[in-house]
Order: sequence, then structure tokens, then C-alpha cells
Amino acid sequence: MYTFSNRLKIGSFIAMAVGLICLATGFLSAPSTVEEAKAMVASAHGDGHGGGHGEEASSHAAEGDHAEKDTHGEAAAHGEEHDASHDEHVLHQLQNRPWSALYVAAFFFFMISLGVLAFYAIQRAAQAGWSPLLFRVMEGITAYIVPGGIIVFVILVLSVLHMNHMFVWMDADVVAHDKLLQGKAGYLNPTFFLVRAAIFLGGWIFYREYSRKLSLAQDESDDNSNFKLNFRISAAFLVFYLITESMMSWDWIMSVDPHWFSTLFGWYVFASMFVSGITVIAMVAIYLKSKGHLEDVNDSHIHDLAKFMFGISIFWTYLWFSQFMLIWYANIPEEVTYFITRIEDYKLPFFGMLAMNFIFPLLVLMNSDYKRVNWFVIMAGIVVLFGHYMDVFNMIMPATVGDQWYIGLPEIGGILFFGGLFVYWVFNTLTKQPLQPKRNPFIEESRQFHY
Amino acid sequence: MASKVIQALYTDDDILMHAVKKVRAEHHHIEEVYTPFPVHGLDKAMGLEDTRIAITSFMYGCLGLTVAIVMMNYIMIEDWPQDIGGKPSFSYLENMPAFVPIMFELTVFFAAHLMVITFYLRSRMWPFKKAENPDVRTTDDHFLMELGIHDNEKELTALLWDTGAVEINVTEKDS
Repeated sequence: MYTFSNRLKIGSFIAMAVGLICLATGFLSAPSTVEEAKAMVASAHGDGHGGGHGEEASSHAAEGDHAEKDTHGEAAAHGEEHDASHDEHVLHQLQNRPWSALYVAAFFFFMISLGVLAFYAIQRAAQAGWSPLLFRVMEGITAYIVPGGIIVFVILVLSVLHMNHMFVWMDADVVAHDKLLQGKAGYLNPTFFLVRAAIFLGGWIFYREYSRKLSLAQDESDDNSNFKLNFRISAAFLVFYLITESMMSWDWIMSVDPHWFSTLFGWYVFASMFVSGITVIAMVAIYLKSKGHLEDVNDSHIHDLAKFMFGISIFWTYLWFSQFMLIWYANIPEEVTYFITRIEDYKLPFFGMLAMNFIFPLLVLMNSDYKRVNWFVIMAGIVVLFGHYMDVFNMIMPATVGDQWYIGLPEIGGILFFGGLFVYWVFNTLTKQPLQPKRNPFIEESRQFHY
Repeated sequence: MASKVIQALYTDDDILMHAVKKVRAEHHHIEEVYTPFPVHGLDKAMGLEDTRIAITSFMYGCLGLTVAIVMMNYIMIEDWPQDIGGKPSFSYLENMPAFVPIMFELTVFFAAHLMVITFYLRSRMWPFKKAENPDVRTTDDHFLMELGIHDNEKELTALLWDTGAVEINVTEKDS
């Protein structure tokens, strides 16, 4: 049995507390009036602000928050009116910032455990012989899907209740002036949105809990019926997962840019969560191994996980590039605004994540020997996880805060709070059961696995 | 120079592996092992060095990427920077997404083909090459281990019979 080390527990509590304070500071310092927003922007931009104002305003037209778009065209003719609508736009962006920071971090850690759940189901459905030793580790990580999923759901409910302006299509005034959003209202309406979210989360949590129960029952049983049932429900879950994951990515991420759409978006989000999930499995397994648990896990298991990290990083890049290049090449105005705002306002995060998610793992994890060096995998994993946090950041922030982004207190606070909660919840679950399954039919093969 | 070699035939890869380990433990040099299919772990048991072909492949891939970049930079940007459907041909970076498919394919093409050619050269394989097969049965169901004889024929024969060989031949070999 694994015992939660005190240092890790205290560390996770400190991270949660500090994160909470940072997040609270972020919420308290968000402006509540146009005047405050103006003062914040002025102090941030300093004296150079006046000159750049014109360009900035024009680039706002292309931005994700389309609330002002309609009035924007008319307003260009009337200078004062334009200023007023622009200021209100900036106010909304600044108010969105702590919410978006909260949402990005909440979704990022939730998506890790969802990615692990998909990996776990694939291992079961594929009857992989190498991975059963890591099943308890994966089950520990997927335990976070319950609190993480509930928090994401609560944030979505608060958005529907107009506590923030992250999803512009939830604002009835905006929809009333927007033909495109009216056309999508059959799908993008608050009630159906929450019902869908509840179905997705319910299905995922149900599979996680049921599969875990069967996995534990298999240890105590004297036949393989639990294992076989687990195999069947895992295969069924994968079908459910692929459909719901795709819809989830439209709902929870793509709909912050409700004028924009992309067909491979679901796969793109999937690749991001899958590679982060595999990375976390490798990191948790290496940590537990270094503490003397999981003594049967050898370098070959880590090598296999690192190969998955390497391969799926490239798969993510393939999807990222396919989405980017198709839109860049055709340059259709209604689609290309998505990338124009990102390249104009988010140059460093947008291309920086490409270095962290593609070039770095490509060069570092290509060598077969390095994939067996545990600290090497940990270092690569940290970079990959930061890269995929930036990926979620780049998907949400440009639509909600636009050019008012900054990685400051609320963003770091979000990472700390959810990171602490994630570590606490995962390692607490790991203490509940022995770390090695007993009666899995493949456990001996997994113990003997070497590559 | 002709030299004498002793060839021991086996019918099972497990017995062959044990034989290889035993012969190595007695500090005899194994000249060659002929098998009908890859035997896992044989290279480790024989103490062969790891292959470096993956490293050559990486370098060929870098070469392919360079060729693609230099070629398209010259053709599309430097030699005749035409406006083709509004694509920005002002600099390589500006038009790079359009070049990536070719950069990728040429990288793979160079890495794969040059590595295969390296493999052929290094393994001395070509279409009209004379087969170096000491016994035709080694392509079907027999395994053959070959050791050089240095005035120790009796000792080697005894050792090889001991390892479970089904047949032992002593032949002259041109080397």
C-alpha cells in the first residue's frame, strides 16, 4: 500500500492556498466600471498608448468577442460613440481575465485526467500486455475526473448565469443583433448546452467508477468475468468518448469563438489531452518508482510511455498544422480571423507552444536511450505539460480577453490551485488500494515486459 | 588464405542460444551464425555492437530537410518570386506553411531511402551477389554456428557436441 507522503500533502495544500489567494486577488482587482478599466489600461500601456490606439481599435473588430462588432462599424463614423463602445469592450475583456484564467486551469487539469481515462480504456480494449502494472496509477489519475469535472461544470453554470462574458452567445442581447448566432441558437443555447455537459460528464464519470469497481473486483474474484466485462465496457466507452469528446470541444472551447468553426477541432483537443495524460502517467509512475513503490515497473515501461509521448506530440503537431495550414492557405476571411488575432496578439505563446510541444519532444525523445532515463522523461514531461497549458490558453484567451492577456497572478494562481487539488486528489486515491493489480490475466506478462 | 572452420548445426533456436552463451563463456571466437529467421537476443548473446543505422538515418533526414528548404527558397523566393494566388513570396518564412508538406516528405524520403542504401552497402547486398550460404538448410529450419580452428579441433568438436549440435562439419574456407 502506498502512503501519501506528508511533504507532498502539505505541498499540495500550500499550492491550493496560494493559488486561491492569487485567484481571489485576480477577481478583486478586475475592474467593475469603464473608468477603472480605462485607468488600468492606461497604467499598463504608459505614455505610448495614445499613438497605438487607432490600430488597436481597428484590430478589435476581428477579435473573438463579437459583441461590439455590429456597433463597431457604425461607430467608426462617430468618434465619441466608438470610444465608448471600445472602452466597454476593454472592460469586458478585463473582467473576463480572472474567469478565463480559472477556466483554462480548471479545464487543463480536467483534460489530463480525461486523457488518461481514454488511454486507460484503450489499454483495456486493446488487451495490452505491457500496461496492466500501471492500471492502478491510471485509475488514481482518473479519480480527478470527478472533482475536476464538477468544477468545470460549475464554471459553465456560472457562465450561463451571466457571471462572466466568456461565452458571448450566452448573452441574449448579443444574439438579438447577430444573425450568425441566431442561426446557431438551435445548438448553442444555454439549456441544451448544460444538458449536453451533464451527459458528457455523467458518461465519463460513470465509466471511470464502473471500470475501477470491476478492476478491483477482479483482484478478489476466482474467474475472469470482471476482466471480460471491463474489456467490453471499455470498448463501448471508447465509442461514447470519441463522440462526446468531439462535442465537448465544440461546446466548451470552440464556442468561445462562436463565429468560427473548424472540423478537426475535436481531434486537435483530443491529441492535446491525450499527450498530457500520457505524460502525467509517466511522471506519476516515475515518482512512485523513485519512492520504492511499483518495484516491478522497469525502464521498458517508462520507455513505452515516452514513446507514446513522442508519437502523440507529433500527432498533436500534425493536427495543429493541418488546422493552421488549411485556414492560412485558403485565407477565407470568416475563418482566418481566428489565427490573425492569435498571431497579432499572442505571437510568443502561439509559436512558443509549438517549440515546447513539437520541436523539444522531437529532438529530446527521439533517442531510444534517453527514453529510458527517468529524469530525462520528467524534464521533457514538464515542458510538454507547460506547452499544453499554453495550448489551452491559446484556445480560450484570445476570444475572452483579447489583447489584454498577461500571465500574471490569476493565471499562475489557477495553475497552482488546480495543480494542488490534482496532486492531492490523485495521490489520495493512490493510497486507497494496492498499487499492483493481483489477478489481471496480463499481469505476469506486464511484470516480465522488457523492450 | 584458406583456413579451417568448424560448423555446428542446430535445429532449435533455444539450443542455439545456449550454445552461443556456452561457447562465449569458454572464450572461443564465433565467426558467424546463420539462422533462417531473426533470433531475439542473439546479437546480445554474441556480444555484437549496437547498430548505428538510426543515427545515419537522422543525418540523412537533416540533409533532406536542408535540400527541401534550399531548393524551394531558391525557386519560389529568390529566382522568380511570382505572385501566385496572393501567396506572400517575399521571404521564405512568410510562405513557409505552403512548403511544409514538401519539407516533410523530402525529410522522410532522404531518411528512408539513404538509410536502406546504407544498409545494403554495409551488409554487402546487391542483385547479382553470390550467396554466402554454407549449408542450404540454414534458410529453412537449421541453425549453423561457425568457429575458426586454431589447432584445437578435438577440443572444439567435443565442446560443440556438448552444446547439443545435431551435426558437425570441418571445412576449408576461403576468406
